[in-house]
Order: sequence, then structure tokens, then C-alpha cells
Amino acid sequence: MVEKAFVKRSSKAFWAWIAFLAALFAVGFAAYIYQMVNGFHVTGLSRDISWGMYIGHLTFFVGVAAGGVMIVLPYYLHDVHEYGRITVVGEFLAIPAIIMALLFVVVDVGSPMKLFTLYMYFTPHAMLCWDATVLPIYLFLNIIVGYNVLQAENKGRKYGKIVKALAVFSIPFAFSIHIVTAWLYAGLPSRHYFLTAMLPAKFLAGAFATGPALIILICFILNKLTGFDAGKKAIDRLATTVAYAYTATIFMVICEFFTAFYSNVPSHKAALQYLFVGYHGHDQFVPLMWLFVVLVVISLVLIIPRQTRTNYKVLGFACATIFLSMYIEKGLTFVIGGLSETPFGTIAPYHITITEFLIIVGIFALGILIASLLYKLVVVVKKDRDVEAFPQEDRAGLAMKYVAAYNAANGVVEAPAAIAEAVEEEEKAE
Amino acid sequence: MEMNRRKFLKLGTAAVAGLGVAAASTSPAVAAAVNGSYKNAEGKQNDVTWGMVIDMNKMDNETLNKCIEACHKFHNVPNIDTKKDEVKWIWGEPFEHLFLDETHEKMGEKFKDKNFMTICNHCAEPVCVRVCPVKATFMNAQGVVGMDMHRCLGCRNCMAACPYGARSFNYKAPRDYIEEINPSYPTRMKGVVEKCNFCSERLAVGELPLCAEIAGAAITFGNIADPNSGVSKKLADNFTLQRRSNLGTKPKVYYIV
Amino acid sequence: MKKTNVIIGIVIFAILVTVPFWSAILSPASGAAPEVSFDTPVINQLSGDDYKCVEDVEWMRAHHMDLLSDWKVEVVREGTRTYIAEDGTEYLASLQNTCFECHSNYEDFCLKCHTYADVNPTCWECHVEPTVAGGAA
Repeated sequence: MVEKAFVKRSSKAFWAWIAFLAALFAVGFAAYIYQMVNGFHVTGLSRDISWGMYIGHLTFFVGVAAGGVMIVLPYYLHDVHEYGRITVVGEFLAIPAIIMALLFVVVDVGSPMKLFTLYMYFTPHAMLCWDATVLPIYLFLNIIVGYNVLQAENKGRKYGKIVKALAVFSIPFAFSIHIVTAWLYAGLPSRHYFLTAMLPAKFLAGAFATGPALIILICFILNKLTGFDAGKKAIDRLATTVAYAYTATIFMVICEFFTAFYSNVPSHKAALQYLFVGYHGHDQFVPLMWLFVVLVVISLVLIIPRQTRTNYKVLGFACATIFLSMYIEKGLTFVIGGLSETPFGTIAPYHITITEFLIIVGIFALGILIASLLYKLVVVVKKDRDVEAFPQEDRAGLAMKYVAAYNAANGVVEAPAAIAEAVEEEEKAE
Repeated sequence: MEMNRRKFLKLGTAAVAGLGVAAASTSPAVAAAVNGSYKNAEGKQNDVTWGMVIDMNKMDNETLNKCIEACHKFHNVPNIDTKKDEVKWIWGEPFEHLFLDETHEKMGEKFKDKNFMTICNHCAEPVCVRVCPVKATFMNAQGVVGMDMHRCLGCRNCMAACPYGARSFNYKAPRDYIEEINPSYPTRMKGVVEKCNFCSERLAVGELPLCAEIAGAAITFGNIADPNSGVSKKLADNFTLQRRSNLGTKPKVYYIV
Repeated sequence: MKKTNVIIGIVIFAILVTVPFWSAILSPASGAAPEVSFDTPVINQLSGDDYKCVEDVEWMRAHHMDLLSDWKVEVVREGTRTYIAEDGTEYLASLQNTCFECHSNYEDFCLKCHTYADVNPTCWECHVEPTVAGGAA
């Protein structure tokens, strides 16, 4: 399977893309070496804002990884067959996302050579230890399940019982990675932007919008590049999930505003004021937060009505705005916003540095590189299956027929009469 | 126990090597028990809980500056030039910054701006200890919240957790910013978090913390678990404040205002 | 063609795997064990029964790192600062304030062996070696 994808059937353009990403990663790695040699003063982090962009990105990508469960859960627990074709897309999204999340931890740690003592001195009352436990487990589960599902498909079999059991086993881990990450923040007294019981729920809802939105985008990109078809039913169903999860997320954001401003408690308002309108003369995030508001309005208008949601050009755009808005809310501003009000009631600004930016770019490049390799595998295997299943078909109608036949075989819905006839005729001809 | 730890180290080494991280190559190959013993002496008083009362009627800026200088000099605290990277164990902070809930907008400037000595509160319920993933910050038998620099990963979770801003991270290599190194106390390396340790190295040999010694009557230090101690009497007889007592952290540094 | 590639691969692999051996052979630094110096003002003052280290010299040579590692935990975490050696002598458990009192010659003592054994203990990142401070207090 690996040889087929990377040796026999890969273009020069593909390897140029991989080389480009590897070069970007190398730049990030060099920036990381620079940071370690010179110390963390080359980042925007400070005595007051001790966690910044790195931990923000960790949080966001844990969410992306958890989001894949919105395909895995319905498919394995509720027999939603239309997801059968893309479960592996969700599983393979979790792999680069967790690797990125873990790397964002590694680059954030001041003494990384001591990092593994974390398991030696495991401290149950420290949420970071649980994060460091569930993230690698979820990573390995996704590698094992994703690879085996794809391998089985490559060989034209159905995956084994153990693989299914592991997939089901991975579902609670998808939830727990993000819950534990939320509890990193939600238990800190005096950080009022963090100190809310709603945080894990808000994180999960956000993740269930962001992850599936990204999966839809990936399916569209794969379709453009390789002709891969996820199936209309799968996309439509996933878009519905995005619509509900995203609306719930925005509802919870609004709830935070209500509690802070109706109660009028200054420390509850501080972070929101700092982020959205400026506080104590510091307003560096205000333009970004208003971009967030604009993106939210656009996203909601496009994702809620069925007419726009089922129009794939619009859906692709809406998924991009949803992803971007959540990236701003969770990845860029959540951590810094929460720490912006110092224990002394003052505001500490945060200015990202070039070193920090390059390190982040490097980790993005590695994540996209891993994703590119994994999705290359997926596309090659799926194509072979399609060609075997419908040898005489033209490519355009392939996926539709595949899904229809698959659904028919699984008794989900009757295959449309025309297709059933066509299949019958084919059989007769043979 | 020693064997177990070493075994773990070896296993850890294998795992780490497998992940391509060069580490733990220094772990000794031969296990050896240390045969000597330790004297369970002055440092191990289990009926002692150290606490501090700062009398702001007697603490002036001059005394405070002397305390800061002596503390930072003895503990090899670097004097960093950029504010965002600074390291400090003791410093001055206006009343309105320390007592957020006790300040109101009509309060006179002379009260609001009065310079208060600020140190780690050595909370009885420390959030930093709760969040530290490796127990690098811990509470000792006498209630002092200490730092084990050997263990600190530099994850800075404790800094995000501390409601008092008591902690500093070594963003810069500290030795470049120490004018004269005190050879009897270690420095720190870049990438670890540090803070006031209540002078536990002095308490262990029966001496007062440096600031308490220098400030004289302005600082009363002692055993708050003993109702007859000087510090307990001071607390009983004076109106005192704790910083942000509504957070449940139970600070052991009290202020007479 | 394929066969030669495999052979070249095996040769490269063999060279890489044996790096520690041939680099040790080629390196000019290998040779006799270093002579560490006991010529410091404090040690020169010692005589008779006082001329001893915390524990037996042979044991210290092999296990000083274990002793220091033990002290590190006892002092920092447990707050017990007095170490009672096997012969009953009491010592303040401190690298900077006890060890360096005698061994004030970091370069001719600590560093010599560490260089020879190619170990890089991180102690010196924080603990002030006598040369930096200009002689231990």
C-alpha cells in the first residue's frame, strides 16, 4: 500500500509540495534551536503572560483532533453508513493534529530535556499529566485504527473486530483529550476568563464544528486535486453536524458575555473588554476580535439555511470562515486573553515575535506534510477500490454509484432504480 | 526504591532514544545505595508552620529596598533589564495592586499608591503545587512552598495558576545578569521558574529569613501553629489582611495596613 | 545493480553502527586515566585522621554522583541538611558549601575526570563552581 502510493503513483508535483513543506519545517526547527540557545526571551511570552501562542495552538489542535470523532462516533456506534468512506479521513486528521498539539507543548517547555520525567513523577492532581497521558493514547489509537482500516480496504476486506473495538475505544479518548485540556484552564482561581464550568462544553462544541468543517474542506480539496469523492450524503450530514455544533459554540460565547456584563463583575469582564474593545489602554486584539465577529455572522448565515449549506461552493466558503473564526477565538486569543489581566489588576500586552511565528509555521508545515502523506495513501487506495468495483464506469459517476451500491448492499436505502438497472445490465453483459 | 528508580530511568532512556530525543545518557550504569544517614534535626520540625506578618506602618521604602537588595543578592536573583523577562523574589507594589477587592475609586491616592512589600504568600492551599506536573513546586513539612529546580520543566503552568504573580521564569540566562555571584547559593539556569523560598536554607539552621532580619519590627516571622508565638500574638492583636483571601488559597503572609 | 546498492547500504550501516568504537580508537584524547589534583589550600591543611573525604575515597570516586543525587533530594525536598557519614562524622549536605570547601580546584578535579569520561553533568548550570566565584566561601 505504501509502495503503491509513494513509489509507483506519485507525481513530481506531489514531491515538490512535500519538499516545500519540509523546507518550511526546517526553518521552524532552526527558529526553535535559536529559541533554545537564547532562551525564551526571544518569544512574546512574559512574566505576566506565561502561556501564549504555543499553548493557544495546542488547545486549538487538540480540538481539531477531537473533532474527527463526529464521523467516527456516528459510524461505529450508530451505523451511519454514509460515513464509511470517510472515517479514515477523520482518523487521519487526528494524527497530524495531535502531533502538532504535542509539538506545541514541546516548544513551550523551558527545559525540554526533562520533559519525559513527567511520566516518572506523574502527579495525578496536575491536569497537564492527564493531558500528557490521553493525547499519546489517542494518537496511537488513531494510527492503529486508521492504518488497519485503510489496509483492509486496500486488500478488499472489511477491517477486523479488534480494529472496530479499538475505534470504539478511541471515542471516549477523543472527548477526554479536549475535556482535560479545558480543565487545564477551568480550574485556575483568579483567571476569570478561564474559570467557567462551561469551558469544556464550549471547547467540545467548538471542536465538533472545527474538526468536521476541516474534514469537509479536505474532502473538497482532495476532490479538486484527485477526483476523490466523499459522497454527497456524507458531506451533507457532516455539514449539518457543523451547523449544530457551531451554533452551540457561538451560543456559549454569547453566554459568557451575558454572565460577565449582566453581573457587571469587573474581573469577569476584564478579558472580554480587553479582547473586544480594549481595556486600560491596551487594544491590540480588538481588530482581530471584530474580524471574528464578522466571520461568525457570515458563517451562521451560510451554514444554518439548508439551501446555502447544500450548495458546495457556499459550504466550502462557510467551512473556511468557521475554521478561521474558531482559530481566532481558541487558537490565537483564548490563552492570551485569559492571562491578559495580571494578578495586580493591570493589563499585560503580548507581542508575537518572528522566532515564535517561524516555530509555529514550522509545526504547521510538519502537520500539513504528515496530512499530505496520509491522504495520498487514502486517495490511492480508494481509487483502486472504485476502479475494481466499477471497471467500465467513467470517473464522474463513479462515487455516486459506489455509495448507492454500498447503501443498497447494506440495506440503508434502496438504490435508485436507474442505477440498479444499470448494474443489472452490466451483470447480464458479463 | 533506588533500584526501581534506576530501572525506570533505563526504561525511560530506551523509550526516549526510540523517540529520537537525546537524553538521560548521564544516568549512572551501576546502582549504589548511599550508606550514610541523615540527621532528623532542625529542618524537620513537623509542628511548625511558618508565617509572616508585615506591618506596613513600620515598613518604609528604604527598609523595603534594603530587603530587596539583600534577598536578591544572597539568592543570586538576576537583575534583568527588560520588564517582560524580569525575575524577582521581593518587590514593591502599590496597595491597589495587591488588594484588588479592598480598593475603591474614591480611595485617597496616599493609600492607593502606598508601596507594599510583595513576596510569595506560601499559601496553605497553593494552586501552583496543585498544577505542577512533576511536583517541582511542593509544600514542605513547615508549610513553606518550595521549588525543586532540579525538576522544574519550565512549563509555566504555576505562573498561569498563581493568583499573586509571585513567580518568575528565567527567560534569559540568569548568570549574565548577576553582578556578583554569591558562591554559597546556587544560581538558576534559563528555562526554569523561581520564586521566594521563605529563606528555607536559613530556617533550616535556625535563622530568620533575610527580609525579616533586616526589616526588624516591620516584619514578624514565626510559627503560626503555636498560639503563643510572636507572630500569632501579632495576628491576634492587630487588624490584618491577606491578599485575595476569597480565592481559598489561604496565604501565610499577612499585612497590617 | 540492486545487489551493489544493498551491499553499499550494509557497509554504510556497519560504519554508522560502529561509530563509538572507531571514533574512540581514532581520537587522540584516549589514553591513561587522568591524575586529579588534591593540591588545594584546605586539603593541604588536613593531616592524620582528618585527611579523608565524606566517605571512603574509592567509594566516592565511583559513587559521588549517587551521594550528590541523594543529598539533592534530602536537602531540597525533605529539608534534612545534615548528612551522617558511615564513620559517624556529620556534614552539611551541600555541594557548594561542603564539597567545594576542600575541592576548590574545579578544573583540576571535577572537570578532569568528567572530560575523560565524556560526561556532562548539568550541575554547573546552576551550582557555582569555585572558579566562577573566585574561591569557595
